Amino acid sequence: MNNRFFLFRRFRTLSFIVLLVVITYVFMIVTEYDVSKSFTAIPKAIEWGTTNFYPNAASLEKLPDILLKLRETVLMSFASATLGALFALIFAIMGSETTKIHPILSRFTRMVATIFRNIDLSVWSMILLLSFSNSAYTGYFALFFGTFGFLTRAYTETIDEVSNSSVEALRATGASYLSIVSQSVLPSSLPQLMSWLLFMIENNIRNATLVGILTGTGIGFSFNLYYKSLNYPAASLVVVVIIIAVLAVEYSSNYVRRVMM
Amino acid sequence: MSTLLSLSNVSKQYGKDTKAISDITFDVRKGEFVAIIGPSGAGKSTLLRCINRMIDATDGKVIFDNVDINKVGKKNLRKIRTQIGMIFQHYNLVYRSTVIENVLHGRLGYKSTVAGMLGMYSQQEKEQAVQILKELGLFEHMYKRTDQLSGGQKQRVGIARALIQNPKLMLCDEPIASLDPSASKIIMDHLQDIAKNKGITVICNLHQVDVALRYADRVIGVNKGRIIFDGTPSSISAEKIHEIYGSDFGDLIFDTGESHE
Repeated sequence: MNNRFFLFRRFRTLSFIVLLVVITYVFMIVTEYDVSKSFTAIPKAIEWGTTNFYPNAASLEKLPDILLKLRETVLMSFASATLGALFALIFAIMGSETTKIHPILSRFTRMVATIFRNIDLSVWSMILLLSFSNSAYTGYFALFFGTFGFLTRAYTETIDEVSNSSVEALRATGASYLSIVSQSVLPSSLPQLMSWLLFMIENNIRNATLVGILTGTGIGFSFNLYYKSLNYPAASLVVVVIIIAVLAVEYSSNYVRRVMM
Repeated sequence: MSTLLSLSNVSKQYGKDTKAISDITFDVRKGEFVAIIGPSGAGKSTLLRCINRMIDATDGKVIFDNVDINKVGKKNLRKIRTQIGMIFQHYNLVYRSTVIENVLHGRLGYKSTVAGMLGMYSQQEKEQAVQILKELGLFEHMYKRTDQLSGGQKQRVGIARALIQNPKLMLCDEPIASLDPSASKIIMDHLQDIAKNKGITVICNLHQVDVALRYADRVIGVNKGRIIFDGTPSSISAEKIHEIYGSDFGDLIFDTGESHE
């Protein structure tokens, strides 16, 4: 029995933790981050929130306006997520190890998806703002690109994970490429593909708020407007409405998942 | 009887100097039941897949039904594959589809891309599928989703999918390696019946030496990618089996089985 083996394993785990602590500490010194200060700020924030940041009767008058903007945001999220999913599916099928048509095409589609995924939503918004200015298109395309990039990655992995073996079997029967995709890849992976899509719709509603702040559209615009005009009750109402909307979408998508699985 | 399949000097090389199989030469007659035995990693699966070109051999000739399969184009390869059924250790079914749908997948090789994509099967094909399911004792499971079946039933679905191709040759890659003894017997009995009564040639990779000796008309022993035995089950000696597995007497589970007789 070699006791030094276990000693060595323990040493490795321990030294990793020590390294992590050291790195954190060094970075804290460099950025002049004060732990005690940041934690004592939390009660202050809560105090400010409870005294200022809550909806009151006057802010309810703004509700119809807010709901109208919410509708725009929700519809935008749905539209961008579904279209993004469609494109992502095509790219994922071409990019996946299991169903790729050609290695070079596969690498190319993966690269495109990686680029779209790694450019942040806020960056897309700022870039698109130049061409579409303050219209719903800016937000729509920003969300579309983000969805496309993320879902291509998720879909590629799903397809590889789920349908590898049945694809081999159908190839062996002499089935054509598109027959294999529609008879084997899609039925096997559909529930997971849908699940990712529903997740992306929820995610887009959250993100649409940020994009809206940046591009001046949808519910993000309402929030920004009220917040900057110091109308905190109305701004907080916007937050409440967003939370309710996200919860509602999450609840219904969980229901759809349950039924589908 | 006439020769259906003929391999001469078939080799498969991965990278620079890893040879999966080398210099494989043998002929198989119509209706013959051939078992291929050998240790894990001996190249049995590679050998099987070189026959229907799921893996492209680097060297040598594979003649199936008087056609050199390494020389045919993509379209003709599909046509040849319709003549070769294949079953797998892990069944490789589309588990979210029903039993009958999985069986009909065996017809995809005969279809145009559009018909295959839409899964349009003729009345005759559907009736044949039902007939095969009856023969294999799966009639009452026809409309069940495949993931609800037991392992033995799944493998029978795999056999049905291969049979509906009306193949001349069946390739079986470890068909009973994941099954319990009674399910294994059912599967092997079906395969034997297929070879005897339908005149379909069966080539079967097996881990169980006793099963190979009991069912096969002919045993091929492979070690390190080379054939080191080719003959009838009765002509194989215990020494030869140990040579195939590179083991000493008493080191195989097969030996313990023998000593009880």
